[in-house]
Amino acid sequence: MSIQTELKTPSKLEKILKSGQLAVTSECGPPRGSDAEVIKKKAQMIKDYVDAINITDNQTSVTRLCSLASCIHLKLMGLEPILQMVVRDRNRIALQSDILGAASFDIYNILCLSGDHQSFGDNPTAQNVFDIDSMQLIQTVRLMRDEGKFLGGDNILRPPKMFVGAAANPFADPFEIRARRLAKKVKAGAEFIQTQCIYNVPRFKEWMKQVGDLGLLDKVFILAGVTPMKSVGMAKYMKNKVPGMDVPDEIIKRLSGVPKEKQAEEGIKICIETIQELKEVEGVRGFHIMAIEWEEKVPEIVKGAGLYPRPQV
Amino acid sequence: MIVASKKPIEEVIDYIKDCNKVLIAGCNECVTVCEAGGKKEVGILASALRMYFMNKGKDVTIDEVTLERQCDREYLEEIKHMAPNYDAIVSLACGVGVQFMAEMYKDKPIFPGVNTSFMGANLERGMWGERCAGCGQCILAKTGAVCPVARCAKRLFNGPCGGSTKGKCEINPNVDCAWQLIIDRLKALGRLDDYDELMPVKDWSKDRAGGPRTVVREDLRI
Repeated sequence: MSIQTELKTPSKLEKILKSGQLAVTSECGPPRGSDAEVIKKKAQMIKDYVDAINITDNQTSVTRLCSLASCIHLKLMGLEPILQMVVRDRNRIALQSDILGAASFDIYNILCLSGDHQSFGDNPTAQNVFDIDSMQLIQTVRLMRDEGKFLGGDNILRPPKMFVGAAANPFADPFEIRARRLAKKVKAGAEFIQTQCIYNVPRFKEWMKQVGDLGLLDKVFILAGVTPMKSVGMAKYMKNKVPGMDVPDEIIKRLSGVPKEKQAEEGIKICIETIQELKEVEGVRGFHIMAIEWEEKVPEIVKGAGLYPRPQV
Repeated sequence: MIVASKKPIEEVIDYIKDCNKVLIAGCNECVTVCEAGGKKEVGILASALRMYFMNKGKDVTIDEVTLERQCDREYLEEIKHMAPNYDAIVSLACGVGVQFMAEMYKDKPIFPGVNTSFMGANLERGMWGERCAGCGQCILAKTGAVCPVARCAKRLFNGPCGGSTKGKCEINPNVDCAWQLIIDRLKALGRLDDYDELMPVKDWSKDRAGGPRTVVREDLRI
């Protein structure tokens, strides 16, 4: 593994990854209201079991308490937030401004995303922005951090120090382009990747093989994304209704094979087994556990997968 | 061409409900081709309006005219003798025609009879698709002649996003994923390596974002 070890930021996530240890991240969705306790409570549940916590940015285009303010709440609790930032709602002025706002609170991690289309959310009649795309946001953060410059070329006083991440979906189409698209994100400056939820492990391995063939495994830290299924209903929904999601029939069959009250437990089991299997895949440098509105199960998954205790850095 | 669709008649009725004499003005260009505001549609709308007001017991004169183009002063002038006779004109041209008509007939209420949608082409009978967003700085040379600005729901310059499924866009299974089309084209042209190039941040000042645009050709000016 020739991946570089020199630290570029004070990020704890960066430290853990560059120390060669498997990282664990998870995510919390902010509430649809202004009660910060909701996000704090979720973070409290998982804080000892993960290295950093993603805060989603109006996920599925449903209006929520903003990611930046939620990250600040976590930071004030002494935790390590990952600021998710989508390019759907803000132009380059607002994006750069919010990056500085986050940096002013010493938020050290950012995940650059396109964002779900607004037609999925609570304001389907909204305008969308998409001034820049997710790759260009990666470039923007790197420019701000490494060159200390705004996109407009002016100098930044006290540039942001952020470890820059991006998402990758190994299961969306066209499959043949997915590894190359990751290469573009790495070229743009992505340092870590959190993948879409993995249920189809063989397909993920095939993608990782392509990623390896492109020489990317020592250029970027890939955290494999997992989401435990709460029920067979959830599995069917994800298979049929969520774009870019690949849920094999075996998962549905396995969940259907146990009584309803045992399905959640089975879902956790599948999730842990998936992590165990993914640990063996070359280039997997950690896990991103997305327990959607089920944060209380994260400790059980982390422990079950042998990822506890978390390293102290 | 510019693609438009007919406004619901209730909207048009609401615009002209206080008028006694109304001229419905069609356009022989794009809106004729996309069957929203040509001579035929002028006739249909005028008949429907006459029937409506007759049923209401209201005496409203609805006359018809179709101009060669409404985005050209020369043709708009053809109705300068008629225009004063009407309380209002309903233009079935695109938004350009409606505004150009209003600029010429300054004291006349001009109402739109169509919703102007996009620059596109006829895909099959009764179906039109968007192809150009008029961003002012064409990038088609780099994208296999498929425009991500007009055809990607997120106008991504380095797509496809994670929602591309079986060649379709996440917003609607009837919408093609522009980036799937781009990749298919690049592949067919043996230029898939073009995909690996990062597309730079776009200069939107040439787009609507830069404010209302004017093209000035000094070589053509008198």
